[in-house]
Amino acid sequence: MSSVKSAQGGSTGAVAQARGIVWRAIIGRQEFGVFVILLTMVVFLTLSTNTFLTSTNIFNILRAFSWIAISAFGQCLVIITAGIDLSAGSVMAISGLASAMLLVRGVSVPVAVIAGSLTGLVVGSLNGLMITKGRLPPFIATLGSLLMARGLCYGLTGGWPVRDLPLTFRNLGQYDIPVAGMGVPLPLIFMLVFGVITSVFLSRTVWGYRIYALGGNETATALSGINTDWVKIMVYSLSGLLSGIGGVLMTARLGVAAPTAADGYELDVIAAAVVGGTSLSGGEGTILGVLIGAAIMQVLRNGLVLMGVSAYWLQAVQGLVIVLAIMFDQLRKRRR
Amino acid sequence: MSEQDMVLRMEGISKAFPGVQALDGVDFELAAGEVVALVGENGAGKSTLMKILCGAYRKDAGCIFLNGQEMEIESPHHAQQLGIAIIYQEFNLTPNQSAAANIFLAREPRQRGVGRFLNFVDRRRMEREAQKQLDRVGAHVPSTELIRDLSVAQQQMVEVAKALAVDARIIIMDEPTSALGEDEVDTLFGIISTLKAQGIAIIFITHRLDEVLRIADRVVVLRDGQRVGGMPIDEATPEKIIHLMVGRELTDMFSKQEAEIGAPLLEVRGLTRRGIVEDVSFDLRQGEILGFAGLVGAGRTETARLIFGADHKDAGTIRVDGTPVRIDSPVDAVQAGLGLVPEDRGLQGLVLKLPVKENIVLPTLDEHARVGWVDRRDLRSTARSYVDALNIRTPHLQQRAMFLSGGNQQKVVLAKWLASQPKVLIMDEPTRGIDVGAKAEVHALMSQLAQQGMGIIMISSELVEILGMSDRILVMAEGRVAAILEQAEATQEKIMAYASGEINNQIVNATSNTTSKGAQV
Repeated sequence: MSSVKSAQGGSTGAVAQARGIVWRAIIGRQEFGVFVILLTMVVFLTLSTNTFLTSTNIFNILRAFSWIAISAFGQCLVIITAGIDLSAGSVMAISGLASAMLLVRGVSVPVAVIAGSLTGLVVGSLNGLMITKGRLPPFIATLGSLLMARGLCYGLTGGWPVRDLPLTFRNLGQYDIPVAGMGVPLPLIFMLVFGVITSVFLSRTVWGYRIYALGGNETATALSGINTDWVKIMVYSLSGLLSGIGGVLMTARLGVAAPTAADGYELDVIAAAVVGGTSLSGGEGTILGVLIGAAIMQVLRNGLVLMGVSAYWLQAVQGLVIVLAIMFDQLRKRRR
Repeated sequence: MSEQDMVLRMEGISKAFPGVQALDGVDFELAAGEVVALVGENGAGKSTLMKILCGAYRKDAGCIFLNGQEMEIESPHHAQQLGIAIIYQEFNLTPNQSAAANIFLAREPRQRGVGRFLNFVDRRRMEREAQKQLDRVGAHVPSTELIRDLSVAQQQMVEVAKALAVDARIIIMDEPTSALGEDEVDTLFGIISTLKAQGIAIIFITHRLDEVLRIADRVVVLRDGQRVGGMPIDEATPEKIIHLMVGRELTDMFSKQEAEIGAPLLEVRGLTRRGIVEDVSFDLRQGEILGFAGLVGAGRTETARLIFGADHKDAGTIRVDGTPVRIDSPVDAVQAGLGLVPEDRGLQGLVLKLPVKENIVLPTLDEHARVGWVDRRDLRSTARSYVDALNIRTPHLQQRAMFLSGGNQQKVVLAKWLASQPKVLIMDEPTRGIDVGAKAEVHALMSQLAQQGMGIIMISSELVEILGMSDRILVMAEGRVAAILEQAEATQEKIMAYASGEINNQIVNATSNTTSKGAQV
């Protein structure tokens, strides 16, 4: 969307024409549809409540969905290859738990954080190996690791949460950077950094090109002399890694690593990716879209609370929004 | 035969697909109790005609009369109601259900009484009725048997019984003998005779001329979407049929330029994938275009896939430039300097969702990147240069491949392999379904590549193309190399004779006096 500013100067006719082209390019973008939805929600909530558009509330929203979004970046890579990673939630839990268990045993914060994230990478690589070398469908392989990782969390802790994590670790999730009188949450910064890295990886590197190609047509990609097994192992590993990072940040924010943490989060992660325009049939999707998708889900949650809707109705509304968002996107695609 | 006896009359049937006139004013007729063999080269329009008859395609023009009454066949279901059944090469049976359940698929008899309202199947009645139909075709198959436990021939009998159960008066058999052994063919012909005696009309599509002469009452020949001849079987001879099938003169639309033929570039020995490709050996030399001729299912595409490492081979060695290479996957093949333009552009050649640019650079991404970082300017200029060189008509490089015409899509697939500069390029049906202009461009490009020293394998079902473009022609039949012919000694008749397994030397000698080498049945 950075090309918006490019049309300046020249005769008015040319400007109008250039504006037309730019406008069409924006509308044609995959992210446009979901962005409109997000914008509508924000405008509506701003007008109907006086608590929504405050810096505290906005940063609360951003902090709350940051780890979901980081995990969803990885999920996006997987879904672009026409796969699915159901283990995301469990991986978040086990990664956070791994960090926490190391920390309470006196391991330094950087080492514990890295080890926790790498735990995610390991689970992800195993997913990739099961899918390629073990020839399991992604749904089955990651369903298996969802249960195995979760079971490991319970087994290792005996069901008890790990508490008393050091402050330097908790700061990763809780610290607000003072900027112009506002506190910008650190997790938000992490989310943006990983978002940019993943986005650049996907759009500018050889591997990114191959991920799109694989999802668009696996046969043609294999016949082009590309090692498709490798590409798959890579995306599942990265999905595991990003879920791991998200899990460590979540644990830092909560200040406690419970074996039940992030239970069911895989569905939020998948929803964020899909609402953000990532096609489950593969070959399509962007990180920007996923970011918007994750934002929609959190704004919705937050908005319903602000409007005094009973928490019991939350899930029903969320489900409705997922379905509507995707129908809207399909409609937009068909009209083109 | 009088009007009255005709169960089916098709008049002036035409059908066009984008870029091809598949059928052009074809007439066809069929009498009760008659067996008509429908023959023609691949792409002559046989399947299209039959698909129109059984409701899978709608015709563009023409009339269909059933028992003298004009009919508009609207859907496969409608065709079934009208008593037209088709038995495809690939059977439409559900392997985990019984023969009876398959015969009564979608028409299962309901139980009487309360069970009727709950849609309970009356299994005993179904099995009894199914058994009657199976006995009618002389199949010794219990109707309770599961399909997956039956032999191919028995499955075919179930298909025939299924057709009879819906009271079919016209049965179309598409290459029914291709999967059968010698004995089973005899059994099938026995069944056909039985059906004939019951007044059922049969359309028999085949490539095997000996079978035509054995079972048919009449033969109808199609070529390039037109009916070029028909005759009662007592007037038919293999020579006559082959001549009608291919009877075209070579036109000068092929811009084949002579290229200097050099040293062997690709040496294939004993390539085997059991049951599909048997002991295929050949050399491809520098600057040579080697045509692969043969019928559909003769193993040409499979051979190409084996060479390229796309399928697992049971035996065989491959040398490129004199050095033995181990090719276990397409990755190895590309590394060894091979390229493959596959049979089906949409399914195997292109990523339709991605832009033209990405498709072109797919095999060579590494060359446009430094430590994984794509040089987008380099990538764009490479793609641009191929789009210009091959005259690919696309509004811009970001156009998704799915929006290009067939000819331009094919040129994108070609561009993608040219960019990788292979030593050997295997092209499977490179001009199928593309318009004449694009076809000529593809041919010109092939000549040009050969002149630059590339070795090209061209699989084609179009004999004119094979003869016009090849330096040598390898004919395959039933997974084996039936012959390797020099361009000078090859004729359409000769190739067809080798390809259809009609290799009695009589025909070969009748059409040409040169003796051929490497002939085997």
